[in-house]
Amino acid sequence: MNKVLMSGNFIICEAAIRAGCRFYGGYPITPQNELTEYMAEHMRKAEGGIFIQSESEIAAINMIAGASAAGLRAMTSSSSPGISLKQEGISSMAACELPGVVVNIMRGGPGLGNIRPSQGDYFQATRGGGHGDYRTIVLAPATCQELADLTMAAFDLADKYRNPVMILADGMMGQMMEPVTFKKPKPRIYNKKFMLQGAGTGKSKFIHGLILDPIDMEEHNWKLARKYEVISKKEPRHEEYNINNAKMIIVAYGTAARIAKGAIKRLQNNGMNIGLFRPVTLWPFPEQQLRSLSAKVKNYLVFEMSTGQMLEDVRLALQGYADIRFHGRPGGAVPTPAELANVIARVYERTVK
Amino acid sequence: MAKIVYQRPKSLKEAIFHYCPGCGHSIVHRIIAEVIDELGIRGITIGVPPAGCAVLAYNYFDVDMIEAPHGRGPAMASAIKRSLPDRVVFSYQGDGDLAAIGIAESFHAANRGENITIIFINNAVYGMTGGQMAPTTMLEQKTTTSPLGRNNKLDGYPVKVSEIFSQLQGVTYLERCMVNSPANVNKTKKAIKKAFQCQINGHGFSLIEILSPCPTNWKMNAVNSCKWIDEVMSKVFPPGVFKDNIPVTAKTAEVAK
Ligand SMILES: Cc1ncc(C[n+]2csc(CCOP(=O)(O)OP(=O)(O)O)c2C)c(N)n1
Ligand code: SF4
Ligand SMILES: [Mg+2]
Repeated sequence: MNKVLMSGNFIICEAAIRAGCRFYGGYPITPQNELTEYMAEHMRKAEGGIFIQSESEIAAINMIAGASAAGLRAMTSSSSPGISLKQEGISSMAACELPGVVVNIMRGGPGLGNIRPSQGDYFQATRGGGHGDYRTIVLAPATCQELADLTMAAFDLADKYRNPVMILADGMMGQMMEPVTFKKPKPRIYNKKFMLQGAGTGKSKFIHGLILDPIDMEEHNWKLARKYEVISKKEPRHEEYNINNAKMIIVAYGTAARIAKGAIKRLQNNGMNIGLFRPVTLWPFPEQQLRSLSAKVKNYLVFEMSTGQMLEDVRLALQGYADIRFHGRPGGAVPTPAELANVIARVYERTVK
Repeated sequence: MAKIVYQRPKSLKEAIFHYCPGCGHSIVHRIIAEVIDELGIRGITIGVPPAGCAVLAYNYFDVDMIEAPHGRGPAMASAIKRSLPDRVVFSYQGDGDLAAIGIAESFHAANRGENITIIFINNAVYGMTGGQMAPTTMLEQKTTTSPLGRNNKLDGYPVKVSEIFSQLQGVTYLERCMVNSPANVNKTKKAIKKAFQCQINGHGFSLIEILSPCPTNWKMNAVNSCKWIDEVMSKVFPPGVFKDNIPVTAKTAEVAK
C-alpha cells in the first residue's frame, strides 16, 4: 500500500470517502475549512457523492441525520462553536439511533475564543454534549495515520451501534502533515430495515425521538443505556508507551499526547523513567485499563490543553489509588516538548521517591 | 352495488386524529393523503413532520416518516431527497417552525431549489405550546404572549412567507390557500397535488402555504374561526398563486391527460 503525504484535515476526508461516506454537509469555520473545501471537490467526484454547503451547523447536522436515515454514510465537520450548535441534532440522532460521523477540530474557547489548537471541548464531547441521557463515541487520533484509521473506524462504529461518533482533534492535528497509508475499508454492515426509503408495498415506518409516555420513554432510556454499557465494555482503546519500569505515567490524548511523548523521550536521556497512557477512545474512557496500572505505578500527571477536563475521568478511573497531578495549557497555547519536559521533571522530583 | 363516494384514504392509518375539533391540521392531513393515493406514490413518499401540533403526523400518515427537530425539517428533507432522488419528499411545518426558528433552513432549501415540497400550516399562533405569538400573528391579535394584542412597535409585523419566498430564484411553485370552506379545501388539494406533481416531474422546489384554523388558541368556535380566516387573516395573507415556474410544456401535458 502506498504512503502519501497529506495534511490532517484532508486525511479525514479521504478516509471518509474511501470508507463509503457519500454525504457531507458543513459550514465554514476555522481551523477546519480545508476539510469542507476538500469535500466540496472530492465528494462530488465520488460516485453518488453528495456535498451541501449548509446555511449553518444546525442545518448540517440535520442534513446528515436525513442522509443517514435514507441509508447513506454521512459526515459533518466543524470546530468548537459550530459543534455547540450541532448539539440538539446530535442528541436527536442518538435518540433516533441514527449513525453519523461528526468531526470537531477544536479551537480555543469558551465563546468565540480563538482559532488556535485546544482541547477545551472534552466535557462536551464525552458527556453527550446536548440534552438528555445519551452518549456519543469519541475517538481522539494523535497521528496522521490514526486520523485515517479512526475515521474509517468511526463509520464502522456508528453503523454497529447506530449512534453518532465524534472524531475529536484540534487545529494542530488538522494542519499537520505526515505520510499516511489508507487501509482497505471493511465492507459496510448495516441492516436495510433501519433505512427510511419509502414503504414500497410494505408497512410504513417512522423514525422519531418523541416518546410522550414516561414509561415508554424510560424504557427507551434504559435500552440506550444498555447499548452504552456494551460499548463501554467492548470499545475502549488506548495506547501505552514506555510503561514497563515507569515510575510515573503521563495521561494525555491527541496533540497533548504527542507533546508528552517528545517530553518523555528527552527525560529518558536524563534517567527518568516515565510512561505515557494515551486514551484513544475518550468515551468510552479506558477506565479499567488505566486502573490496572495503578497496582504498579502510583504517580500520574494528566496533561491537557485545557484547564482540566479529562482529569475527572482519570480521577474516576484511579479511585484514589494513586497520586494525580495536573498540568494544563488552555486557550490555544501549545507548549513545546522541552517546556513540558521541564514541568514533568519538576513534578517527578517532587512526587516520585 | 352501491358506489363508494367517501372513504378513508389508503395513505391514512386507521387512527383517530388527536387534533382539536375544527383544527386545520386534520383537514390538510386528509387531503395530502388523498393526493398521495391519487398520484399512486404511497410507497415512494417520505414525510418529515415538525415539532408542533403535527408532531405525531407519523401516527396518521401511512408513509415512511422521520421527525425533525423544531424548524429543521427542510434541511432533513433536502438531504433525504438528494440521497434518494426518485422518492417524493415533503416537509410539513407550522408557522413557528417555518417562519421563526426554522426560517434559515426553509429559506435556504427554497433558495437551493431543492426538489422537495413544503406544506406550510399558517395558523397565526404557536398551537402546540399553548397559543403564543407566532411570526404570522396579526397585528392587534391577542395571544398568550401578546395579551394586549400584537404591537407592531414592540412585536414586529406578521411575516408574509409566500410573498418573501416567491422572490427566491430557487422556487418553482408557490401558492397560498385556505381550508375554511369546502370550496377552499378543494382548491388547497389541487395546489398540493400540483406541488407534488411539480416535484415528481423534477421541476424543483414547491411550497403551499395554508391558512388554517386553530379554534382552541383563537378562542373561537370552528365556524367563527373559518369566518375569521375570511374576514381578517386572508386580508393580511391574500390567497393566490405567487409563483408558477413549472415549464409550459409540462403544464399542457398535464391538461391533456
Ligand atoms: C428547540 C425547540 N424550541 C422550542 C420547542 C417547543 N415547541 C414545540 S412546537 C413549538 C411551536 C409550534 O408552533 P407552530 O410551528 O406554529 O406549529 P402549530 O403547533 O401551530 O401547528 C414550539 C415552540 C421545541 N420543541 N424545540
Ligand atoms: S391547538 Fe390549534 S393547531 Fe393545535 S390541534 Fe388544537 S386547533 Fe389544531
Ligand atoms: Mg402555528
